[in-house]
Amino acid sequence: MKMELIQPFINSADAVLAQGLQCTTAIGSLSMEEEAYRRKGVAAMVWVTGDIEGRIIIDLDPETAVRVAGKMAGADLPESELLVKETACELANQIIGNAITALNDQGFHFRVHPPVMHESAEGIKSSEDTEALVMCFETPVGSVFMNIALRYNRRRNADAVAAGR
Amino acid sequence: MEQFASVKRSKDGQPVRYLIVDDSVFARKNLARMVESFGGTLAGEAGDGLTAITEYDRTHPDIVLMDITMPQMEGIEAAERIVQAHPEARIVMVSSVGYQENIVAALQRGARHFVQKPVKPEVLYEVIKYVLGDDGAVASAAGAGV
Repeated sequence: MKMELIQPFINSADAVLAQGLQCTTAIGSLSMEEEAYRRKGVAAMVWVTGDIEGRIIIDLDPETAVRVAGKMAGADLPESELLVKETACELANQIIGNAITALNDQGFHFRVHPPVMHESAEGIKSSEDTEALVMCFETPVGSVFMNIALRYNRRRNADAVAAGR
Repeated sequence: MEQFASVKRSKDGQPVRYLIVDDSVFARKNLARMVESFGGTLAGEAGDGLTAITEYDRTHPDIVLMDITMPQMEGIEAAERIVQAHPEARIVMVSSVGYQENIVAALQRGARHFVQKPVKPEVLYEVIKYVLGDDGAVASAAGAGV
């Protein structure tokens, strides 16, 4: 997976978390995984299709999700399953949306699909050529994990080569 | 949350009525809190574009805050359909996907403005004042929040 695809997501996650939580963040761990991804807490998954294809997962434990929601809302919020899921989805929306915006400005075109919860106890297997990058953002309210598995769209690449682009 | 000088409707001094459209309940609640801090009231909510159209017809809000990426019908298509039926509709797109094509498509299809998520209250406040134009009036400091 190319760094040029990953960097906008790192920048976006850092910016969205820093603004939403009014804090600085640090990348606590970073690894490449070819094994199936097992969620660590509540995981929201967004698929992208187009010049770049794949999926991004934002994953955090329920207690962290409640604290994140409270910070973003500016008030303490009662814990509920819905709040926890909504927080994961909204974080995914914002992080991925901002990253996609940056990639689009570089000339990539694609469609972002609405987030879905990844609720299976089983992991999601990356395909043979889309190993996943897993990173952990450490924040004052807990850890937020981001799992990225993206690749260039082969057919579009081939079309571009054939067209002499 | 920070309080802003209330923005009222010029014609009758009543609070500005908002329709908030986003598939995330969490995002809708956050936006609702923001518009309340601007002195506005919630006319309705919708979680997708199709429901937004029916809610617009039912509530006739002063401003619609519309997400883009939603199930069933996306926000840009919903905005277009609302504006076709109600040319006076004031729709502000609110989305994390803020690349130029999206913004241009939204504006070409009838949206009045675009705000990128995460939404900063002070940015949304200024956009709302701009979109309301002469139809909105900012209360004096003494009357703020009234």
